[in-house]
Amino acid sequence: MNPLRRTLLKGTGGAGAVAVALAAGLLKPGQVLAAEWNKPAFDSKGIIDALKGVGGTTAIDSKDINIKAPDIAENGAVVPVEVASKIPATESITILIEKNDRPLIAIFNMLNGAEGFVSTRVKMAQTSDIKILVKAGGKIYTARKEVKVTIGGCGG
Amino acid sequence: MADPMKMRVTLKDDTANIKVLMNHEMETGLRKDAKSGQLVPAHYIQLVTATLNGKPVMEAQWGTAVSKNPFLEFRVKGAKAGDKVAVNWVDNTGDKNSIEETIK
Repeated sequence: MNPLRRTLLKGTGGAGAVAVALAAGLLKPGQVLAAEWNKPAFDSKGIIDALKGVGGTTAIDSKDINIKAPDIAENGAVVPVEVASKIPATESITILIEKNDRPLIAIFNMLNGAEGFVSTRVKMAQTSDIKILVKAGGKIYTARKEVKVTIGGCGG
Repeated sequence: MADPMKMRVTLKDDTANIKVLMNHEMETGLRKDAKSGQLVPAHYIQLVTATLNGKPVMEAQWGTAVSKNPFLEFRVKGAKAGDKVAVNWVDNTGDKNSIEETIK
């Protein structure tokens, strides 16, 4: 195996993705990602632990978070999710899927003029709520939307 | 070297709408290979960063449940024609890819 690749593979386990990104020349030294990859939160099983991992257990329900996702997903492997936050100064949007084995799906941090908007596609194991957390002005807000899944998409 | 990414940036007033399509298996580590019966190891994008003229505008952390060949759309205010948008990703094995476009 290529020695650099071995170093990178060895480094990934403990050092974290920031170290890997630096080694890979992706980040310039001095330019650091705001947060390192949150391994404990992504590894959390069950929605309570996943929420704890991202500080979302006391989130306030908000009607200003718009979740656009199908009512019924034909293919659980590719479920489109679009989140638009009308909460001023939205800093981050976090996507969780309540009934996935590991509910934390993605964390998006907005900086320097990025809007509180994100759209992507996710895997859902079964019919479940999609739970969104929005961090804005030092507070965390939440909204949810149920998506029915006919064919589960996690491949397990 | 990973397969090329695709990106489309459109400008509405001073808001750039950025759509990216990445090529990546996004293996969860839970799938068994049909022939060998062995678990296919997890292989997935963990970090995605986007910059506008070199300034970070989005930093994302992903787990294994983002779909294969990830699609991502986001918006940045304060953009204008001639600005450069770049998107990079790093996965859990150290693989990486990036794309840059100039807003027309």
